[in-house]
Amino acid sequence: MIPGVPLSLAQRRPPEGTTSQTEVQVQPSALTHTRPLVTEETRFAWLSLMPAILFFALFVGFPVIYSFYLSFHEWNMMAPRPTWIGGENYAELLRDQLFLRSLLQTTLFTLGITVCIVVFSMATAILLDQKLKQIQLYRTIYYLPAVTSVVAIGIVWLWIFDPQYGLINQLLRSVGILGPRWLADQQLALPALIMTAAWRNIGYFATIFLAGLQGIDIMYYEAARIDGAGAWGCFRRITLPMLRPTTLFVVIMSVILSFQVFALVYVMTGGGPAGATSVIVFYLYQQAFTYFRMGYACAVGYVLFGIIFTLTLLQFKFFGKQVEM
Amino acid sequence: MSQLKTASAPTPPRRSWTLSLLSLHGLLLLGALLTLLPYLWMISSSFKPNTEIFSATLEFIPREPLLENYRTAVTKEPTLRAILNSCIMAGGETLAVVLTSIFTAYPFARLRFQGRDALFLLVLGTMMIPSQVTMIPTFILMRWLGWIDTYQGLIVPRMVTPLGIFLMRQFLLTLPKELEEAARIDGCGRLRTLLQVLVPHLGPAVATLAIFTFTASWNEFFWPLIVVQSSEMRTIQLLIAAIKQAEAVDWGVVMAVVSLSVFPTVVIYLMLQRYFVKGIAMTGLKG
Repeated sequence: MIPGVPLSLAQRRPPEGTTSQTEVQVQPSALTHTRPLVTEETRFAWLSLMPAILFFALFVGFPVIYSFYLSFHEWNMMAPRPTWIGGENYAELLRDQLFLRSLLQTTLFTLGITVCIVVFSMATAILLDQKLKQIQLYRTIYYLPAVTSVVAIGIVWLWIFDPQYGLINQLLRSVGILGPRWLADQQLALPALIMTAAWRNIGYFATIFLAGLQGIDIMYYEAARIDGAGAWGCFRRITLPMLRPTTLFVVIMSVILSFQVFALVYVMTGGGPAGATSVIVFYLYQQAFTYFRMGYACAVGYVLFGIIFTLTLLQFKFFGKQVEM
Repeated sequence: MSQLKTASAPTPPRRSWTLSLLSLHGLLLLGALLTLLPYLWMISSSFKPNTEIFSATLEFIPREPLLENYRTAVTKEPTLRAILNSCIMAGGETLAVVLTSIFTAYPFARLRFQGRDALFLLVLGTMMIPSQVTMIPTFILMRWLGWIDTYQGLIVPRMVTPLGIFLMRQFLLTLPKELEEAARIDGCGRLRTLLQVLVPHLGPAVATLAIFTFTASWNEFFWPLIVVQSSEMRTIQLLIAAIKQAEAVDWGVVMAVVSLSVFPTVVIYLMLQRYFVKGIAMTGLKG
């Protein structure tokens, strides 16, 4: 069978019911290896794609454009139509202290969680890569948080962080330490959120690192051992460089996901105390569905889009050079 | 329990270093404990009476375990309705995503037409767009359609996912072409070839996609939060968030509802774990 040439259509019995004008015309041209303008194959392809194309047009294409359009307008959804205000929404964002603070806090959250994930997920993956009888059981347990909803995790951790009756402060009390107020403390609320998010994500990213580790050829380690390399040397010279593509992927995913953190904040702190855990998406949600400032919220959405897009490109540029994706 | 392929292969010790067995076990156990502790605390609290919940001494095993919290959870709170809503939403979404992924992936994997690769890149490219950008116009669209606070409002905007299309296409590419060619020679139409010849071979991919979609939808919070307005239409995640907002939080009852909400996904995961591993291997992404 020559690739690129359709099955000789002439050999084929006409398919019942669907024989159409075009198919009959196709036959001679198929034999001479030139293809007609619209083959039955093309027609079926587009027909099969049609639902998805309509879907993407309606729920991705239209919203992306309309959101951009709205970001230059003022609209509370009550007025019959949006009012054009030019770039005022974007200008206001630059002056909006709470937005800038949310942006900073989102960045801190992203930095914190990404560092935690790279360090602890990689370490966990190395542990999970060891040959032990019970290793499958450990892998099963470590992945569990990834299938548990963020809302459920948020609530459980809210209870764990409870200053009086929560697990952490109870444990601290049993060794004679008076625990802090965690989520009610302006300094500690964001770190507590990072801790919770880390707890949820480390196992998931460890699974990805594990797949990366298992792709490294043992020959490298054997050769290194013959050359007398120690454990640390092997890790630095083999494991780390060989995990580069995986690490890049993990960092990009972590940044994208963390910049969109919402449910955890909504459930655990509601942006408080005193705005200490307000993050971009939470701020966007409030603008849109508490204050009904649709245009302003769309501008926030586009800024978020821009940041995520730029960060992803930058990471590829700086860290992706030596990586063959 | 399923094994990762590499783990079961009888290779000699291959790693750069072998941690001493004791410290290895110690670290793995510590990690497992840290992972399981919140679950144990949740379950423990859900069986405790209020007097034990608000007690100054730390005890994991309730002195007088009782089902009172669960009884309150299913009678006083609309928990069962919320679970039903979540089932309808997650079930509908899963069915839709599996169907649309098959029909969309097939031309990308198997047919030749102008613009195919560009279009496929475009589909993958939509994964870059944060849902917050499309959310507000989609909400406005739902309002215009009168779909706010309805099941179709919850399901329809999430019926096609680039991830599903990608996963299904990757799987279709691994199937031998001869499979369809034989059927085509026998005069089988394209639709019938797809449905009767290819679909029966898609089992593992369908299972993986279905599990990922169902779990993700069950756990989804953002979109339901926006579309749902009445308390009858609340999904289980919305219910949890709502009863936590209540004035005096009854932690025992809250933990009972949370336990009920976590239960299905954990059971699905434990039973069908190999598909989760496969899903990560195939896409490196979460659903």
